[in-house]
Amino acid sequence: MSHDTLRRPRPVKTSTRPSATDPGRRRRHWTRRPNPLAGVGSVLWLVVVIIPIYAMISVSLTRQDQALGNNALKPPSHPTLDNYNTVLHNGFGHFLLNTLLVAAAVVVIVLALCVPLSYVAVRARTFWSGATFRLFLLGVAIPAQAVVVPLYLMIAKLNLYDSLLAIILPTAAFAMPVSTLILTGTMRDISEEMYEAMSLDGASTTRMLFQLVIPMTKGGISTVVIYSALQAWNGFLFPLIFTQSDGPRVLTLGLFNYVSQFGVNIPALLASVVLSGIPIFAVYLVARRALVGGLMGVGGK
Amino acid sequence: MSSSVTTRTKGGPGRGVRAGRPSAVWALPAVLFFTIFAVAPMALAFYLSFTKWNGLGDPEPVGLANWQKLFDDPRLTQSLTVTVLLTVVSWAFQTVVSLLLGVWAAGRQRNRAFLSAVFFVPFLLSSTAISLLFYALLDPNFGIIHGDTLGTTSGAFLAIVFVGGWQFIPFHTLIYQGGARQIPEVLYQAAAMDGAGRYRQFFSITLPQLRNTATTSSVLMIVGSLTYFETVLILTQGGPGTDTAILPYLMYQAGFKNYDFGYASAVASFLVVAATALSLLLVRLSGFGNMRSTREGM
Repeated sequence: MSHDTLRRPRPVKTSTRPSATDPGRRRRHWTRRPNPLAGVGSVLWLVVVIIPIYAMISVSLTRQDQALGNNALKPPSHPTLDNYNTVLHNGFGHFLLNTLLVAAAVVVIVLALCVPLSYVAVRARTFWSGATFRLFLLGVAIPAQAVVVPLYLMIAKLNLYDSLLAIILPTAAFAMPVSTLILTGTMRDISEEMYEAMSLDGASTTRMLFQLVIPMTKGGISTVVIYSALQAWNGFLFPLIFTQSDGPRVLTLGLFNYVSQFGVNIPALLASVVLSGIPIFAVYLVARRALVGGLMGVGGK
Repeated sequence: MSSSVTTRTKGGPGRGVRAGRPSAVWALPAVLFFTIFAVAPMALAFYLSFTKWNGLGDPEPVGLANWQKLFDDPRLTQSLTVTVLLTVVSWAFQTVVSLLLGVWAAGRQRNRAFLSAVFFVPFLLSSTAISLLFYALLDPNFGIIHGDTLGTTSGAFLAIVFVGGWQFIPFHTLIYQGGARQIPEVLYQAAAMDGAGRYRQFFSITLPQLRNTATTSSVLMIVGSLTYFETVLILTQGGPGTDTAILPYLMYQAGFKNYDFGYASAVASFLVVAATALSLLLVRLSGFGNMRSTREGM
């Protein structure tokens, strides 16, 4: 009896430190013992990532007259926020607002168009739905660069030149192929039985979209939101070609213009780069899980 | 009669249902929008390639003159070579690093989660911002690397590869991490019982299991590296000379620097043909086109 009570705690102890065949602990093979090669590799990559970021921040805090000829890796002797001041007084806030407007509009257009499109591609069994899907599939590889000349002509004829719409419309169009791939990928996982069940309840095709397809595709939809917002955030060529004045200038183009505006004032240039990263870094801190999970979704299953 | 009506409206088990099968009209807005802003411009680019147009006034037809000029242009061969080389080298660099980092990050230790969060930071900057950052850091009068890196052909080329990798490796690492986490644990347990070591497991289980992930990631990388336009524009402006003038840059220069939009359209059409061919090939290789088999191998 006493023998038994003495032994009883032991299984509990082993369950916190599982054995090789314990199925409850899933990632065991990665935790078994340190992997020196992986350790060295990850530290190496950490250096590659950190040094440019460190240099960027450090130089952006350096006074302009001290920056030239100075080693960028040395911390500034008299840190200053003047460079940030310069950037903020040169339209930065306005450019950022434009970028946010473009991103929001692109996300809305892409969702409004691609959700019904993907619903058709996955559910309809007609020749045209298949043909449509293949059209968008091919679109994945069409570089936006290839169409800027004719788009420039079209946008001029539509009187959209130098407006935010001139950026929004083509950016949304070129975000559609990948978005469709992501959405159809998620929608295919909704089982036939669920449609049948809703059908027995007398649901219409439209009601199924809002009560079955969209709720079940939340993961794909958030991936598409992130993907298309990033397209707008990164967009450079369309703003470069289709806008000219300060009014509709977005952040990427604003940064590019700082090169000629600030000339050799590299600390101010780098301050603008740092500032441009802050909004999305804030999003990353708050919603890292959603952002990372959404981007993983771009890779599919 | 009545039973067939019931089957059509309510659906029988295993027969498929009629509701929940939207008509193709639902796709019409998307198709129209995409046609206007992506497909029609492509057709228009093809048309413009047979005209002379300086951006003002109306395009004048000139027959095959632009195409003649394109295929006689020594810059085309050079540009094509650079574009292909850039794509291949970037693909190799990004795949090796992302694969290793991704598999490493798939482990759930706390330090890995922390480092992964740090590794992701470059992806938060726009490609314009990243190009500007390295433009500043590589400046010969200023930068952290001494000497004129961007002034030599190989230096400029490698700088573009590195900057592209610095930006996109975080994203592809994430894709590989997601893929590695889906590999069934039993495979490793079985291998461990058979006495396979860590590296053997990596080559015999992890790599083959990541095949589909690798295809997806590679498609995105290859298509993506055709669009390193702003990196080239900001870092090298196609230089030294025209040594890093990739196809999109060649087009930009012809159109928006020399105002020869006919010739620029010929380059653009060439780019569309090349990209479409590449896309068809990749779709075929990757099985993206198989509409109903995304769960292959599960």
